[in-house]
Order: sequence, then C-alpha cells, then structure tokens
Amino acid sequence: MSTTATPRLSRRLAQGAFLVFCWVATVVALVALAAILWSLLSQGLSGFIDPDSGGLDLDLFTKSTPAPGSEGGLLNAILGSLMMCAVAMVGAVVIGFLAGTWLSEYARDSLYGKVIRFLNDVLLSAPSILVGLFIYEILVFPFKGFSGLAGAAALGLIAAPVITRTTEDVLRLQPKALREASVALGAPVWRTIFAVIWKSARAGMLTGALLAFARISGETAPLLFTALNNQFLSLDLTKPTANLPVVIFNFALSAYDDWRRLAWAGALLIAATVLSVTVIARILAREKTRS
Amino acid sequence: MTLAAETSAAATPRRRSAKGAGFDRAFEILCFTAATFLLTALGGLVVSLAIGGWPAFEAFGLRFFTTATWDPVRDVYGAAGAVTGTLVTSAIALLIALPLALGIAIFLVELCPPVLRRPIGTAVELLAGIPSIVYGMWGLFVFAPWFAKHVQMPIMMSAEPGSFWEKLTTGVPNGAGILTASIILAIMILPFIAATLRELMLTIPAQVRESAYGLGSTTFEVIRKVSLPYIRTGAIGAVMLGLGRALGETMAVTFIIGNAHGFPTSIFASGSTIASTIANEFAEAPPGLHSASLIALGFVLFVITFAVLALARILIGRQANL
Amino acid sequence: MNTQIEAPPETAVLQLPPETVKLTVQNLDFYYGSKQALFDVTVSFAEKAVTALIGPSGCGKSTLLRVLNRMYSLYPGQKAAGQVLLDGEDVLSSRVDVATLRARVGMVFQKPTPFPMSIYENVAYGVRLYERLSRADMDARVEDSLRRAALWEEVKDKLKESGLSLSGGQQQRLCVARGIAVRPEVLLLDEPASALDPISTAKLEETIAELKRDYTIVIVTHNMGQAARLSDHTGFMYLGKLVEFGETEQVFTNPVTARCRDYITGRFG
Repeated sequence: MSTTATPRLSRRLAQGAFLVFCWVATVVALVALAAILWSLLSQGLSGFIDPDSGGLDLDLFTKSTPAPGSEGGLLNAILGSLMMCAVAMVGAVVIGFLAGTWLSEYARDSLYGKVIRFLNDVLLSAPSILVGLFIYEILVFPFKGFSGLAGAAALGLIAAPVITRTTEDVLRLQPKALREASVALGAPVWRTIFAVIWKSARAGMLTGALLAFARISGETAPLLFTALNNQFLSLDLTKPTANLPVVIFNFALSAYDDWRRLAWAGALLIAATVLSVTVIARILAREKTRS
Repeated sequence: MTLAAETSAAATPRRRSAKGAGFDRAFEILCFTAATFLLTALGGLVVSLAIGGWPAFEAFGLRFFTTATWDPVRDVYGAAGAVTGTLVTSAIALLIALPLALGIAIFLVELCPPVLRRPIGTAVELLAGIPSIVYGMWGLFVFAPWFAKHVQMPIMMSAEPGSFWEKLTTGVPNGAGILTASIILAIMILPFIAATLRELMLTIPAQVRESAYGLGSTTFEVIRKVSLPYIRTGAIGAVMLGLGRALGETMAVTFIIGNAHGFPTSIFASGSTIASTIANEFAEAPPGLHSASLIALGFVLFVITFAVLALARILIGRQANL
Repeated sequence: MNTQIEAPPETAVLQLPPETVKLTVQNLDFYYGSKQALFDVTVSFAEKAVTALIGPSGCGKSTLLRVLNRMYSLYPGQKAAGQVLLDGEDVLSSRVDVATLRARVGMVFQKPTPFPMSIYENVAYGVRLYERLSRADMDARVEDSLRRAALWEEVKDKLKESGLSLSGGQQQRLCVARGIAVRPEVLLLDEPASALDPISTAKLEETIAELKRDYTIVIVTHNMGQAARLSDHTGFMYLGKLVEFGETEQVFTNPVTARCRDYITGRFG
C-alpha cells in the first residue's frame, strides 16, 4: 500500500463491500450457468438411455416423434432442423459475405453505407419473432401454407445481419497495402477481394458464419408460424417441417412424461450444439488474432 | 489499348485484359445488391407489420393502446396489457441485471486473477449462447418450483394482510409470473451487458486509471469516479442493447410468465408480453381481427425496440469514436 | 522569366531526348478531395534507367508514383488532371483499362505485402491473371523471377511454405519477384527499403541495379545515399512541385535551385 495514511474506515468499508459485491455477481452468473447445465445433463441424458435395459438408446436419432404413450425419437425434428439451417446458412452466407464486402470495400463512409450499416445493426438485434411474422406475411400467407422453406427464410434473415457485421469488421482489419499490392499487379478488384482479401480474412469470416449458425440453431420463435411442425419424417421443405425447437416447445408444455423426456433430450442436443459451435468459433477467432 | 502493341521491351508479353476484368462492375453490383437486400428486408418487415396490423388499428383506434381487454371470443383486442407486461418485465430484468453485469465486468477487468480470466470470461459467454428455449424450460421446470418454495411462499406468508406489500405480492404460488420471467430475462441479458461493459472498460487508457490509483484511490473510488464516468455514454448504450434484447425475448418468457391477458396486478401474478402473446396465439389465430391485432402488437414491439436499439447504437458508436 | 542573372532559378527541369523516354508526365495536377497535392508537374522518365524521386515528407513524391499506375483511382475523391504518357499513350484517359495498365507498370510498396499464400503462389498470382502457362513454364517463370530478385537460393527448398513465414527483407524481395514475374515495363518502388535492415537493404539495392537492364525504374526514397548510388536521374520535389530534375550526379554535386541545394547540403552537412 501507499505510505500515506491508511484510508478512513468508511472508505475501507465501501471498498470492501464493493469487492464482495463484484465477487458475488460473478458467482451468481457462474452458479446460474452451472445450474442450467446441470439440469440439462441430468434431465436430458435420460433421453439417451433405454429405460428398460439401462444401455444407450439411439431411438432419439432413429425414430420420429411419437404419439403420446408410444415410443419414439426426434429423428424428423433433427433432420428438419438440419435442412432448414443448411438452406438458411447458404443464403445468409452469400448475402452476408457480399453485403459485408460492400460495406467494407465499396461503401466505406458514404451516406448510403452508413444507413445500411445502421439498419443492419438494428436488424441484427430485432426481436426474432418479428422476423417470423414478416416471413409469415410474405411467404406463408400468400402461398397458403406453412413450409420448411419459409422457416429457412426466417432463419436466414436472422443469420445474414450477423454474418454481414462480422464480415465487414474483419475485412476492415485487412491492411490497405494488401489490396493495393494485388491491384498493382494488374488484378481486377474482384479478384483481389476473392483471392487476397477474403483469403487473408477467412478465419474471421468463418467465425462470423459459425456464430450465426449457433444463433439460428436454437431459434424457436420465428419457426412457430413459418415451418410450424410435422409429426412425420419428411424431406420436403415445401411442406410444414418438423424442427427441434418447436418440438421441444410443444413437448415441454405437454402433459405426457415421455414427451417431456424427449423435450429435455432435445434441449440438451441443441444446447450442446450451440455451445460447442460457439466455443469452436471463439477458438478460431483467438487463433486468428494470435497469428 | 491500341498502343499496347507498340511496347518496346522484347520480353514483355503482349497485353490482353486480365482474366475476368469485365466482372469487376458485376461484382460490385452483386455486393451492392446484397447490402440493399438487407435494407429492403428491414423495410419490408416494417411495412408488412404495418399493413398486416392495420385492420386492428382501424377497428379499435386509440383504444387499442389504452385498453387491456384481449378477448378472442368477443373479438375485442387491446394492447395495453401486453405492452405493460413487456415494459415491466424488461424494466425489472434490467434493474436486476445491470448491477450484476457491472460487478462481473469490473471483476473481469480489475479483480480477477489472470489464470481465471479466460475461463470465467468464456463461461459468461456461454451463458449468452444458451438458446432461449432452454432458458424457458429451465425456468419453468427447475427455477420456478424452487423460487415458489423458497422465495415466493415466504414472502407471501410474511406479507401483512391488507398492506400494499400484500397487494404487490398476491398470486398463485406456482413460481410462474411476472417476477420469475423478469429474473430469467435478467440472467439472459446479463452476459450481453457484462461483455459490452467489459469491452468499454478495456478502452480506458491505462494512464487514466493509473493516475487515479497514484492519488491513493481505492478500486471502488477509481471505478466510481474515473472509469464509470469515462465509459458513461457507451455504458448507457450497452444497457439499451440489453433492454432491446429483453423487450423482444420470446420463448423463455412464454414458458414462465403464465400467459394471462390484461394488466399485471402484482409481481407474482401471471401476465403476458407482446412477444409471448404472439408466440402463443398467432399460429392458431384465424385470419381476421385476431391475427391482425397480433400483427399490430408486433408492429408496436418493433417501434419500441427500434427506438431503443437505435439509441443504443448511436450511444455505443459515439463512445467507440472517443 | 529570370531577369537577374545572379539569382538561382526557381525550378530547373532537364528535358530528356524524346527517343530515350519511356514515361512522360505533363502538367499534372492532383487532388485528394479538395486538397491539391501536386502542382503542374512535368517530368520524363528514361527507358531502362533508374529515376529517383527525393524530397521531404509530404512533398508529393509518393503521390506522383501513385498516379503513374493510377493506384489513386481505387479511391473515389482522388483525381488527377494533366497527362501521363506511357509510350505515347495517355494512361489518365478514361478509356484505359487500369488493370492492364497496372500489369505494365508494376509497384513495390514501403512495407512488404506478401499475400496469404505460398511463396510459389505469391509469385504466380500475377502471372495467372494474364497468361496461361504450362506447369513447367510457370515453374521456370517463378524461378527466373525469384533469381532476379536475389531470393531463389534462400527459398528454393521451401516454395510451398507461406510467404508470411519469410523475414522482412525476404518478404520485400518476394514482393519484387512478384512484381517482375508479370513482366512489367515500368517498375515503381515506393521507399522499398525503409522497413528493412542494412543487410537486406544492400541486397535489395543490388537487385534494383540488376533490374535496371530490363526495366524502367522509378524509386521514391528518403535515403539520399541510396538515390545517389542507384539512380541515373533524380527529381527533387517540394510542396507538391517538381523543383529540380536532372542527371543524378549534377543534382547531388551541383544543384541549380536554392531549395534543392538546401535540402541536399542540409542532409549531408
């Protein structure tokens, strides 16, 4: 400590209380995380275990959602979610990479660029249920039917701003000299962007895409009235499509124990996916900044 | 181009255009289109909500905003209950989350042993990554029963009959209700606010803090007198961003708020928010006034969140430019 | 214009014999937005010779270089007026294909800028834009370029490794190799040695001296010794104007204008 007089008692008390509070706040957050993970594991893992034999039960991945009281799994929901996320990501990656590139490479500080950047940030944090309503209005209602494609469109519209934002951010970090060096060799601007800038920024762009994927793979609200649900296994995205979040929602609030068990197993599945993708993305981002 | 053939250096190959040179303009247009698509999407979102909700605004006029009746049987709808529920839950969530987030951010920046900095930082990030439906399930099946037994019941028992406190805490002691929803919301927005505050604190130049410490200040005094004023603008932005999230959060709230229409009467009473009402009813609502009213609710939610988010972005952006 | 014989001229620009000239700049003005950075610059660059541009920071020498390959036209708001003739063709004309122009007028930058790809691919990148070479021809081109840049011996066993793995001096010579692999006619060097250690600088200077046999070279440098060692002609710029241009020996030993004399003696004295 300093050589001056020790702080007055009130100051020391305030300091002490403050330190305790910071510790407590952090512990509260950690306890919440631990409690949630514990519930997920303790409740969710039972879905992976055969109630009769006690061994590993793969019904979850091989059977579709059951009628109440009968045996079943989540195959149709897992498949539906994967298909919708895949379609959504393809669209979102194309839009996001290109739009992010435009903001970083072409628009810079033009007025239109600023407007788009601002609105993209708003879209990024807009309530996802509103995106669902919007897609319902333009894709479900006019075509008289819920569909997996509408669900994918809603998810894509949630993912695209995330990718746009991260893409712009990492592209802006690329040195100007790199662009000029390629252009100075006589490369057209688009080749420069493709072969040099994107290549140099690829880890960051991938991180953005992964974070977007993590975000949409747990999204429920926008699917409630776009993809709806489907009790049966279906690969047809023009029809209502089963998906994990909505199945979890319906089953969790049901009165049947079997269904609730499946809901917990599904929740564990989604959380594990989202968290591991998030962690991978973070590691990727860290590797990038280290090199 | 014509003169290119006259080049004198023998070693120089005859110049053609670079491969794909003509694609430059097309690529720029492609990128521009993608960016404009995002603008169109947001514009379309607003317009479609406004159009879809218009029948409700037309039928009920101002009463749509001032009454809390939500009665699909009589086909009469008022948004006040859901709007109040949204604002109240978000406000309580913010009240709980803000001090905690501040504590976590300060802990991570100032107090945390370096070894623990990354693991704890990652843990907080993970909290942000958990899907909202998982929060909902956890809230309904794990947190609500615990909360009912250990918090709600004791409080309700201890409330003096007839007092204001009793009024504030009446309700069905099942754990579901306004306060539970607010607490879950608080846990959900906590990591976002904490992460942003932490980023902001890291932007404070070391000399600024060091010179305050050099004057003999305690950590608490440095934070209160130097750090917080320094990041004030950005911090308000971070809080608004968290608020924006809370306002629009759907699934977790739908699970645990109890889904009752009308004005919330106490912190333990069931209620509803805009988002939970839409999530619960929209898929089953027949075309007509009911679904139009739900879309109108969505429009109201958009206006509220847009205002909050826009303010947040402006404030955070201004701080970042410092 | 000069009435008094005693007073040194404001500017002194040597006219080169037209048949030796590769690149001519005539009455060039340049603007960054509304700020004018070059004022009525007229100068010629001789073929297969090294021309050095010297002057204090912000005098416009790098700006002039960036006009010669129209690098500035990447940035809206920067514009040039006047004429830049490459073999008699005005490269500032809007009909000129800038990508092709830049392939003819190569550039090496202040800081090494290796691309995030292998050493081999770094050199082949520019070639692939314009030529379709067989595997063997490309190998030969890469080797030839790396040899000319005096880098071959150091990297011949690790061509597959990332260009970013090289040292700073090697990276800069890789950038030179990359620049000459596309067989440009003119090579612009923008303070190419300013980020290098003395040994790497010496190697780079040897390389430049070698390259003079085949290329027209314009080099911007802060290092007057370097300008004196390497160049045939030297231009001195000040506040966006070309103040003096002539044979390097004359400019350094017997500068005509007062400003140039002050600059050179100030630096040496």
